[in-house]
Amino acid sequence: MLYAKKKTGLVFFPAFDWAIDPTHPEREERLLYTQDQVFEEGLFDIEGLTEFKPDPVTINDVNRIHFCVPDAWKVMTESHFISAGGAKTIGMAVLDKKVECGFALVRPPGHHAMRVVHGARGFCNVNIEAIMIEFLRAAYGIGKVAIVDTDCHHGDGTQDIYWHDPNTLFISIHQDGRTLYPGSGFTNELGGPNAVGTTLNIPLPPNTSDEGFLYAIENVVLPILDDFKPDIIINSAGQDNHYSDPITNMNFSARGYAELTSLLQADIAVLEGGYSIEGALPYVNTGIILAMAGLDYSNIREPDYDPDRIRQSSVVTAQIAEIGKIVLENWRNREKIEKQMKQGLKGKYSDRTRRIYYDTDGISEIQKERICICKDCGGALRIETSADTGAQALAVHIPIDACKICRNEGQRWFEEANSKDFHRAYLQNRPEDKYLEKNLSHK
Amino acid sequence: MIIGLDVGGTHTDVVLLDNHGLVNEIKVYTDSTDLFSTVLNGLRKITQDINPKLIKRVVLSTTLTTNFIVQGTLPEVGMIVSSGPGIDPMLFKTNGHYYPVSGSIDHRGRRVEAIDHDEVKSIGSKLRADGVRQLGIVGKFSARNPSHELEIRRILKGRFDDFFLGHRVSGNLNFQRRIATTYLNAAVYPIHKHFFQAVKKSLDQQGLKVPIHILKADGGTMNFESSIHFPGQTILSGPAASVMGATAYAPAEEDILVFDIGGTTTDMAILIDRAPLLDPVGIELGKYKTLIRALKTRSIGIGGDSVVRFKAGEIEIGPDRAGYAMAYGGTRPTPTDALAVMGKMTDCDRDKARKGLEPIASEMGISIEEAAQKIFDRTCCLILKAADKMVDQINSKPVYTVHELQEGYQVKPKKILVLGGPAPYFAEHLEKISEYTVTVIPSWKVANAIGAALARTTCEVTLFADTERGILTAPEEKFKKNISRDFTRDQAVQQAYELLKQKALQIGASSEDLEMEILEDQLFNMVRGFQTTGRNIRIKAQVKPGLIQRYKDVVEKLSLQSDS
Repeated sequence: MLYAKKKTGLVFFPAFDWAIDPTHPEREERLLYTQDQVFEEGLFDIEGLTEFKPDPVTINDVNRIHFCVPDAWKVMTESHFISAGGAKTIGMAVLDKKVECGFALVRPPGHHAMRVVHGARGFCNVNIEAIMIEFLRAAYGIGKVAIVDTDCHHGDGTQDIYWHDPNTLFISIHQDGRTLYPGSGFTNELGGPNAVGTTLNIPLPPNTSDEGFLYAIENVVLPILDDFKPDIIINSAGQDNHYSDPITNMNFSARGYAELTSLLQADIAVLEGGYSIEGALPYVNTGIILAMAGLDYSNIREPDYDPDRIRQSSVVTAQIAEIGKIVLENWRNREKIEKQMKQGLKGKYSDRTRRIYYDTDGISEIQKERICICKDCGGALRIETSADTGAQALAVHIPIDACKICRNEGQRWFEEANSKDFHRAYLQNRPEDKYLEKNLSHK
Repeated sequence: MIIGLDVGGTHTDVVLLDNHGLVNEIKVYTDSTDLFSTVLNGLRKITQDINPKLIKRVVLSTTLTTNFIVQGTLPEVGMIVSSGPGIDPMLFKTNGHYYPVSGSIDHRGRRVEAIDHDEVKSIGSKLRADGVRQLGIVGKFSARNPSHELEIRRILKGRFDDFFLGHRVSGNLNFQRRIATTYLNAAVYPIHKHFFQAVKKSLDQQGLKVPIHILKADGGTMNFESSIHFPGQTILSGPAASVMGATAYAPAEEDILVFDIGGTTTDMAILIDRAPLLDPVGIELGKYKTLIRALKTRSIGIGGDSVVRFKAGEIEIGPDRAGYAMAYGGTRPTPTDALAVMGKMTDCDRDKARKGLEPIASEMGISIEEAAQKIFDRTCCLILKAADKMVDQINSKPVYTVHELQEGYQVKPKKILVLGGPAPYFAEHLEKISEYTVTVIPSWKVANAIGAALARTTCEVTLFADTERGILTAPEEKFKKNISRDFTRDQAVQQAYELLKQKALQIGASSEDLEMEILEDQLFNMVRGFQTTGRNIRIKAQVKPGLIQRYKDVVEKLSLQSDS
């Protein structure tokens, strides 16, 4: 009999009847072989490993984090409610102390979904980690959260959501954006003026293998986590760094993933991407589950595993050391950088304009974003969004720890929204956990 | 006429049924050190003065294999397991002669690493030198491709008396449970075979030349010949007998809770539209987690003879038992004593019961009568609480599709059927303190034996199609066939039904009792590089547990008999 050293929760929701479309990588078959492996290895028989049935999230859970245009029903399917619910179920099990840590092995994924949602990008509609985290903040009052995104693609959605939040540390390790979707996630992306340094990116060169990943975790991620002292650590556990993944160019192995999991000691892991459904996922997921439970994973091996074939070159090793040095420097100098950034700003706002493309749904969006520069809180945020679907909306976010000035400012923005400029206006009033919407087009 | 016999811990119940209902019912004491005499004694008594030619069917439910496994007195057998990468197979070690060997098969049944013949041969020699006669062989993913298990048997052919192969025990995936199940089959094989051969011989001598059926843990039967190599299936048939007995009286199209209230435990099960709910994985018995099909049951250590204590302001019932109730000469107070004090049970020594409850009553500062009422109430409450928990657990079982999560069946029982020794005393109060309608099963004293007598033959098949590889396979049934790219789900379902029918008839079903259904029906398009390259189809079908058709009318008559 196997006993978990760490009580571990698991939500397994493979959504065997849901796909983006029949031949899309995000399809019914994706976790089929993982299920076979997990069943055959008897992981659900491990004493101390508990499987939970996911409760779907509510509209409020979604609206707490997203501005869905026109509304959540239009941009989500039932599977998204359940997938996010799987993450939430695990989060609750951990905070209720039913288990010490947990893994939401769910699909569809979410880390490319940004705060404003017009449709799907990078196979993601809503950000399942963020929905979970903000629920845990509202229900359990947790404060500092660290998210370590180990998916091969830059977690640009999660980065967007927490760009202005100094209480959420977001670290993404991924294949260099110059060589892979979504093309972002460089070391100079450090967060907004109120939250410099709590966004960090570790872009790794193609063909990085176990050695490089584990180097980055041990020498960059862990020291920063030690510094930040989060209440809870979340791992966005994408599995597409695997050497057999069909849509990326990295050389990570199942055992490497298990070691990463063991080093990171995340409280909650949530599955993101990973599309080598036969050659990688069955073994990677087995490794992650065993590692979370504190069990031996040294005999987990892909059938075609050959460490010599996938070993990284010395050039790659040197590049990773260099990138790590930059990231650590940015982290240590974050207050200095923030000061410099604020000095360059005139007035009490910082503005930026961005173009966002929803590759999965083929939607183009333009955002005009304004944040209140604030010493006391994350700052009130307004986003004017327009998409080529014709939608035009104002989205206002008042952060959970907002100071009085920022609360008033956010409230004013929302109230002043008029039908001349917008079809709809949304307000996320986090301090009051209230989510309002004005339909302006019918007036 | 048919005979049903159920061996219990203290009593063995035997019934004789004909087309008109219950002809005779008897109880004999169970001698756990000599079950053979117990069974023969029961059969001899029930067939006294009956023309043996009139008896068409005998169904036995015994504790033989269960006892051996629980007591840990199993004979030595050899186990050879081929794991490949994954969890260390030594963690699944079942016994002393347990040897992991090389060889590996992946989740789709493809060979990754070959078997090392020399390694297998040398382990075979070692086992033989140690006097091992029975050998279990189990491979990871053998439920997808049994070739390595077969290869190992080929290498060792002639060197052992009997081989037990993992892929024959179940079509379900779970390596560790496959190992445990195969081991139990191999280990109880000699005991089981010897026992039933002796029973059969003895019945033959009495002129009773009928097929012997054996009750399984899933509430179905199989004939003795088919049970020889799968004796593990007969463990824990006792609870199944009771539940099948209850099935006879359950209304159709409703969810029903069944309580079998005994001396030591209360066993619970659930019926949905007259069919018992099955455990999704398999029996757990002692340290063994298995793939043996079984009813979903929950057993709690609360029965008529559980020890009652007053501790920290609360009445505690069980989970231990110290012999009989004080009203029947025991030494510790029990819920039965509470019933005696309350005047509900009369054929016992009420004074002794009062004496038993006295210390508890004085500690609680109430009268003995009040204490009796509180103890009985507490007992009923705890049983109901356990039932609610069981229903909750069933309803919160994870599901893997959006459809099931939204539309999945939720068990919502409104009725309880009660059987077992103290059943009638409990029923009324259970109803009073709950929302349930509670009914005592007619013939509640021998419902278990009736259940055994009337249970139909059940079985299950698992079929797996992989059109990319061109394979259709059900290793458990020794079935493998090549298929073309255009093989469909309908064809798979058809094939599964065919295999199921064959299997059921072979293990003793009669053709009118083949109520078959599909349990799982999944089809996945396999896509490689944005091209659909094949279909992965998984079908699981079963003969539903239930009662035999021919005696359909008997049940109705049984109800009438008990009313009169």
